Amino acid sequence: MAVTAVTSALGDAPPPRRHRRLEDERWLAFVLLMPTMVLLGLFIAYPFVRGILLSVTDSRVGVPGDFVGLANYQRIWNDGIFRTAVYNTFLYTGVTTVFKLALGLWLAMLLNRHFRGKAFTRAFILLPFIIPTVLSTFAWKWMFDPTFSVLNWLLYRLGAISGRINWLGDADLAMISIMVVNIWRGVPFFAISLLAGLQTISPELNEAAAIDGAKPWQRFWYVTWPLLLPVTMVVMLFSVIQTFADFQIVYVMTGGGPANATHLFATYAYQIGVGAGQLSQGAAISLAMFPILFLVVVVQLLYIRRVETR
Amino acid sequence: MARISRRKFLKVSGSGAVAAKAGGMAGILAAGSAPAYAQGASVHWLRWNDFVPASDQLLRRELLPEAEKALGAKITFETVNGNDLQPRITSAIQSGAGPDIIMLFNNHPQIYSESVSDLSDVTDPINKAEGGYYGLCRSNSVDGQKWLSTPWAIVGAMIAYRKSWFDEIGVTSFPDTWESYREAGKKLKAKGRPIGQTLGHTFGDAPTFSYPYMWSWGVTEVEKDGKTVNINKKETIDSVKFMTDFWKEAHDEGGLAWDDTNNNRAFLAQTICATLNGASIYIESLRNPDKYITEKGAQLRTDIQHAPLPRGPAGQFAMHTYFSHVVPSYSKNQRAAKEFLKWVHSKAVYEKWFVSQRGFATPPTAEWENHKLWGEDPVMTPYKVAGRLGQAPGYPLASGKKAAEVLTKYIITDMYAKAAQGMSAEDAVKWAEGELKRVYS
Repeated sequence: MAVTAVTSALGDAPPPRRHRRLEDERWLAFVLLMPTMVLLGLFIAYPFVRGILLSVTDSRVGVPGDFVGLANYQRIWNDGIFRTAVYNTFLYTGVTTVFKLALGLWLAMLLNRHFRGKAFTRAFILLPFIIPTVLSTFAWKWMFDPTFSVLNWLLYRLGAISGRINWLGDADLAMISIMVVNIWRGVPFFAISLLAGLQTISPELNEAAAIDGAKPWQRFWYVTWPLLLPVTMVVMLFSVIQTFADFQIVYVMTGGGPANATHLFATYAYQIGVGAGQLSQGAAISLAMFPILFLVVVVQLLYIRRVETR
Repeated sequence: MARISRRKFLKVSGSGAVAAKAGGMAGILAAGSAPAYAQGASVHWLRWNDFVPASDQLLRRELLPEAEKALGAKITFETVNGNDLQPRITSAIQSGAGPDIIMLFNNHPQIYSESVSDLSDVTDPINKAEGGYYGLCRSNSVDGQKWLSTPWAIVGAMIAYRKSWFDEIGVTSFPDTWESYREAGKKLKAKGRPIGQTLGHTFGDAPTFSYPYMWSWGVTEVEKDGKTVNINKKETIDSVKFMTDFWKEAHDEGGLAWDDTNNNRAFLAQTICATLNGASIYIESLRNPDKYITEKGAQLRTDIQHAPLPRGPAGQFAMHTYFSHVVPSYSKNQRAAKEFLKWVHSKAVYEKWFVSQRGFATPPTAEWENHKLWGEDPVMTPYKVAGRLGQAPGYPLASGKKAAEVLTKYIITDMYAKAAQGMSAEDAVKWAEGELKRVYS
C-alpha cells in the first residue's frame, strides 16, 4: 500500500525542473556533447592556442618572454634547415601516401576474397599497426644498421651487392629508409579500412557488371572504385595528417640526420624547442604546418561532400 | 634524543641553512642522525643510464641507502637514456615540477640558466678541497655569475685503436698528425679495416670529434668578441676538404648515421681499426675477455690502446663529454638536494663511484689525478689528464647559451657531414656561416 501511495504521489508531481530542461533537445544535445567539448578544449584547443601565443613571443625554457609579433616566423622562413624540413615533409607525405594507398588497396582486394585462414590473415596483417611505433622502428633501425644490416647481409649472400649499402648514412637512402618504415606501418591501416569499405559494396553490382561482359579491370574501375572513393578519401585524410606530423620514425631512425637530410616539421621543431630550449621558435615551426594541413583537410572534406552528394 | 618535527624546527631556528652551516657533513656524522631540515625530505635524482652499468648498481644498492641513512632523506633514483635528459628537464621546468637533481651533458646547463639554483655553496668547498676544477668545468657550468651545475665527471674522448693492426702496416706508435692518421687509415681501409667515426646527430662522439678537429685547423665558431662569425675562411675550407678526402679514403662511410653506441659495436665486432670514444670499449673487453677474441686468437683487450686526437696546423685539441648536475629552481627540496650533492661528492663516497667506473669517467678536479687507479692499467693512463686537455664548445670563449644552441643544432658536425656527403667544401662552410650568424646575431 505504502509503495503504491508513493508511486502515485510521484506520478502526480511535475518532473523536477532539470528533467524538464533535458526534455528540450537542444539542452540534451548540449549536455551530451559537453564531455567531448571539455576533452577537445583541454587537449586540442588549449595546446593549440597556447602554441600560437608561444610562437609570437621570444619565450625560452623557463623564461616567459615578450611579444615579438611574427619575428619567429620571419626567422624560420630564412632558415635553410627549416626549408629542407618543409621539402622533406612534402616528399615524405606524398610518396608514402601513394604507396600506402596502392599497396593498401591491393591488400584489401586480396583480403576481400574467400580463402582458408582468412580471419587469421586479416588479424595478422594488422600487426605492424598494433606494435608500438618506437619498438618496431628500433627493429627497422637494426635492419638498416650501417654495420650489421640484415638486409645488406641478405643481399650480399644473394650476390646482389659486393659492398655494404649505407642505408642511413646516405641522404637519399636515409629518406627512402624512413619512407619504407612509414609505408610498412601505414599499409595495414589502409588495407583494413578499405576492406571495410569493400565489404559494404553489394556483390550483386559486380555480378551484374560481369553478366554485362565487364572485365575484372573494368569492374574495378567503373563499379568498385567509385563506390570505394568516399572511404578512400577519409582514410587518405587521416593518413596525410598523421604522416605530415610524423615524429617517432625519424627521431628513432636518424634523429633528422645525416646532416639534416631527414628532418621533418615535427623533428626539427623538437630539436629547436626542446634541444636548443627555444620554445617560441619550436612552436612557430610546428604551427607552420598548420595552414598547409588545414588546406588539405578543407579540400578533402569538400571533395568527400561532393562525392557523397553525387 | 627528542624528535624534532620540521614545523618545530622552523619555529625555533627560523632558517634551516643555519643548521647546515653550523654542522655540515662533520656535524651530521658527529650527531649520528640526519639534520633536522632533511627530516622527511625527499630528493628525486635523474641521471643517464650509465655506460658502466656496475656504477648504477653501486648507487642503487649501496650508496643511496647510505645517503638515506646519513641525510634522513628519501632518495628516488631514476635513470634514462642520455638523449632523453633534455626533454625531461624542459618539461619539468615548464610545468614547474619534476626531479630535484638532473644530470646534463656538456654546456646544456647554460640553456636553463634562469631556471636553476646557484650551486656555488656546493662547488666552492669542493673546488678548494680538491685542487680546483678543470677549466672546461667552469666553461660549461658557470654563466659568469653563478655555478649553474655541479661538475660530476668528464668522459674523456680518446681514440681506441687496434695496436696489432697499426703495427702490421708499419705504424708502431699512434699517428700524431692528421696527415699521418689519414695515411695509416688509408692503408687500413684498403685491408677492410677502416677508421670508425660518427658524423651523425648524437650528443657525444660526433661533437667531441668535429669540434677539436675544427679547432686544430685554427677555426672557431665565433671570434673572441663573442659576436663576429669568421668561419668562412681558407683554414675552414682546407679543413673541410681534408675531411672529405679523409672520410672517403680512410673511414667507414656508414659513420654518417652512427649514434654513440654504433662505434662500440663496430669496434667490438672488429670491423673498424680505430674510433674516438670514452673507455667503454676497452672496459667491455675487460668485462668479457673471452667473448671478444681477435683473428689471431688473443683476447681483444690485449690489443686495444688509447691515444689523443692528432694535431692539426694550429695545434692539438680535445673536447670531452662533460657531466654535471643542476638543481632546478622549482624544486621544493633544494636544500636537501644540495646536501645530497655535498654528500655524494664527499671523497669517501665519490671515490667508490669513481673506482667503479674503472677510468671511464675522469673526476672534475685535479686532485684525483693522483689516485692509484690510474696506475693500475697503463691502457687507461691517457684518460687521467683528460680534464686538463679538453675545451668546451664555444671555445675560445666560455660556453654560453649561443654555443649551446650551436651544439644542439649540430652545425659544426653537419658542416663536415654535408661535405662528406658530396656538397662542395665552399658551400658547406657557407652554409655553416649562415647558421652561425643566425645564432650569434
